[in-house]
Amino acid sequence: MKLLRIVPDHTTFGFMRFRRYCFPFSALLSVISVWGFFFITMNFGIDFTGGTLIEMQSRLGKADISTVREAAADLAAGEVEVQEFGTAGGVSIRFGLQPGGEKAQQAVMERVKSVFEKDYEFRRIEVVGPRVSGELVQSGTLGVVLSIAAVLVYLWFRFEWQFAVAAVIATLHDLVLTIGFFAVTQIEFNMTSIAAILTIVGYSLNDTVVVFDRIRELLRRYKTMPASELLDLSINSTLSRTLMVSLATALALIALVIFGGAVIKSFSWAMFFGVVVGTYSSIFIAAPVLIYLGVRNAGDIESADGVEKAGS
Amino acid sequence: MMRYSRFQTLAVILLALSGFIYAMPSMMTPEQRDGIRKSLSFLPSWIVPHQAIVLGLDLQGGSHVLLEVDTASIIRTQINGMRDDVRRILREEKIALSGGIALVNRGVSLRLTDANDRQRMLGKLRDFALGPIATRTGSAPLMAVDEQADGLLVLTMTDAGVNEKMRKAIDQAIEVLRRRVDALGTTEPNIQREGIDRILVEVPGLQDPRKLKDILGTTAQLEFRLLAETGAAPGDVETMPYQEGGGSVAVEKRVIVQGEDLIDAQPAFDSRTREPIVNFRFNVRGAQRFGQATTENVGRALAIVLDKKVISAPRIQTPITGGQGQISGRFSVEAANNLSILLRAGALPAPLTIVEERTVGPGLGQDSIQAGKLAAYWATALVIGFMLVTYGLFGIFANIALIIHVVLIFAMMSLLGSTLTLPGIAGIVLTIGTAVDSNVLIYERIREENHNGRSMISSLEAGFDRAFATIIDANVTMLIAAVLLFIFGSGPVRGFAVTMILGIITTVVTAVTMTRMMIAVWYRQARPTHMPF
Repeated sequence: MKLLRIVPDHTTFGFMRFRRYCFPFSALLSVISVWGFFFITMNFGIDFTGGTLIEMQSRLGKADISTVREAAADLAAGEVEVQEFGTAGGVSIRFGLQPGGEKAQQAVMERVKSVFEKDYEFRRIEVVGPRVSGELVQSGTLGVVLSIAAVLVYLWFRFEWQFAVAAVIATLHDLVLTIGFFAVTQIEFNMTSIAAILTIVGYSLNDTVVVFDRIRELLRRYKTMPASELLDLSINSTLSRTLMVSLATALALIALVIFGGAVIKSFSWAMFFGVVVGTYSSIFIAAPVLIYLGVRNAGDIESADGVEKAGS
Repeated sequence: MMRYSRFQTLAVILLALSGFIYAMPSMMTPEQRDGIRKSLSFLPSWIVPHQAIVLGLDLQGGSHVLLEVDTASIIRTQINGMRDDVRRILREEKIALSGGIALVNRGVSLRLTDANDRQRMLGKLRDFALGPIATRTGSAPLMAVDEQADGLLVLTMTDAGVNEKMRKAIDQAIEVLRRRVDALGTTEPNIQREGIDRILVEVPGLQDPRKLKDILGTTAQLEFRLLAETGAAPGDVETMPYQEGGGSVAVEKRVIVQGEDLIDAQPAFDSRTREPIVNFRFNVRGAQRFGQATTENVGRALAIVLDKKVISAPRIQTPITGGQGQISGRFSVEAANNLSILLRAGALPAPLTIVEERTVGPGLGQDSIQAGKLAAYWATALVIGFMLVTYGLFGIFANIALIIHVVLIFAMMSLLGSTLTLPGIAGIVLTIGTAVDSNVLIYERIREENHNGRSMISSLEAGFDRAFATIIDANVTMLIAAVLLFIFGSGPVRGFAVTMILGIITTVVTAVTMTRMMIAVWYRQARPTHMPF
């Protein structure tokens, strides 16, 4: 049987040449993401904004969105979002945080239930009060920040500091771009999105560490090879593995996007995007950054020479 | 390295087998699981595979309600108690007080102008503040006494005191809530403390959480008082609204008997009016007090007060000395039922506020399970196909390891009794993708070593050896992210973290031990001369 090879044997692709294009390209995307985060308001879920979310299914098979919208608008203060959700006849209604504290949130939900009870079956009801939503934002952010810090420390122990810094730069790049992805696509950003981001952090690091591992090995073996050449060699020799795993993971995620259902669709898409970006960053961002951080400096006289050649 | 001792082989096979055995109960019905437990009852229960994976509320449907205890109200109750205690001490010491006892933040203050009295009182208060428990255990005192200018004595609760009261109040509230929720008759409710001032109530399989929230949100402080007579002193009277039908009424401040003296309450029907009522019974103390009060006040109206609202105000026809009585208040059948549940379970130490609620209907949960299963099957099929076309025979080895990996996740989740949520299913699907990571690392390394001119056997050994460090580094970083997600996530997200953590551990185990064993066995049997991929 003829077996599939995604990357031909003995590939010697000059990845380092691309850093002149990749760095500005990624910088641009990052700026757009940050801009998007601040100026296109993210579609924050009620986990973070507080409020009430109701998903209901019409008992008649079809849902009349405009009637629901009109009826819902009278039930609560502030903006009301009504849209079709999931399968035919599915409607989701979202209310913002009501003035008047925790009790007011419950009151809105009760009113909605009594109005729509007759024609709709309630599939999901979520009420998040102002106190809880604030805490969820805090713990979510803390989780992401701490995981990056912890990984920085771990990599510092296992590798040189340059590797730790480069890995964190690449991870932050993925993080910023994923947040930009949420801003641009307007996919809802909620507690599961934090889970997606942390998983992307883990995945991207996993990819980066595999490449770094090889770089470290080759640094020991080829003491005089210029940094740029050495990094290219490292990436090429791990390229097959990097692409194989990314492809396998992407296949699994595609299954999740298509069959996983409406509830975790945003999660699946974010993960898929994260896998693509994470693969890109470990090849085109993490490794080249090492050149600038002077990876050869650590106990090697040839370093200055190597960086010089790489830059030319 | 490619030599595997018989013992190692046996251990690996045993691990895979026990994975299958412990994952099995999740595929069975509860009856079948019970059957297994019974028929193997001679074995210790932890050894017998009878535990199925617990499905999260998002998959089986149910309500998750987070309640917050009103801290201010608990402190207020406590301060009132402190005032009563100070009053008692003054009486015992026969010290006359010119002004009153004032309520201050977290405590009470009183002014004693006579220096002698003040010193005596200060000593008594210090003893009281220290308390018998603090003296015995040497823990931080719960109250502090302070002497200020102008003969002002201030008794306040310390931080330790407030925390202690909160802890006790939450414990008590959890007890009460458990009795109330149990009375709903739902299966396996989960009630637990969250942080300092919160309680999480999770009730699976409840179609309409309204009833649940009704019984969670009621304090259920029942009091029997007397309606005030015209001309009573204004300081002894307070106005309370009626529970039904609007309007309010003047009620005496003095409480005859409280709900804590009830020992039973049952819903029933009035024999004359056919109206739903609640029958109750007092304990000895309650019966005595109630008997005395009704004897002295025949002809006056009683006020039955629930959470500062008057349910009904029946006239006392004859003394009620038997310790039994009934409450009627134009109840519906359900309301009478609820009230008796609440009275039996006792009163909450403070009002609770719902700060978060998440309810998933059983229909949605079922759909999520279906979708999750379908996604998992497709993901497995795609990844298995991919590995097969890329690595051929070695792909089959990796795929067997992949399936054992998934089985092991399920087995470990069953054993640990951890909860499977929808994000958790997504986590499993994701690890199906990443599970091949370790194998791919090893295989690619083997190829490389072979291309560099090593012999077959030496490439295999070098591949496993050199890939191992990389596998550890790559997976530890991922594990760090997953563990932090577990710590900081909540609810379903935590379920995702669990499957990720288990998945990372099992992929390393299956790739490093199982694939290696399969390749070792194959090598011994087939004696290949060149790489099969």
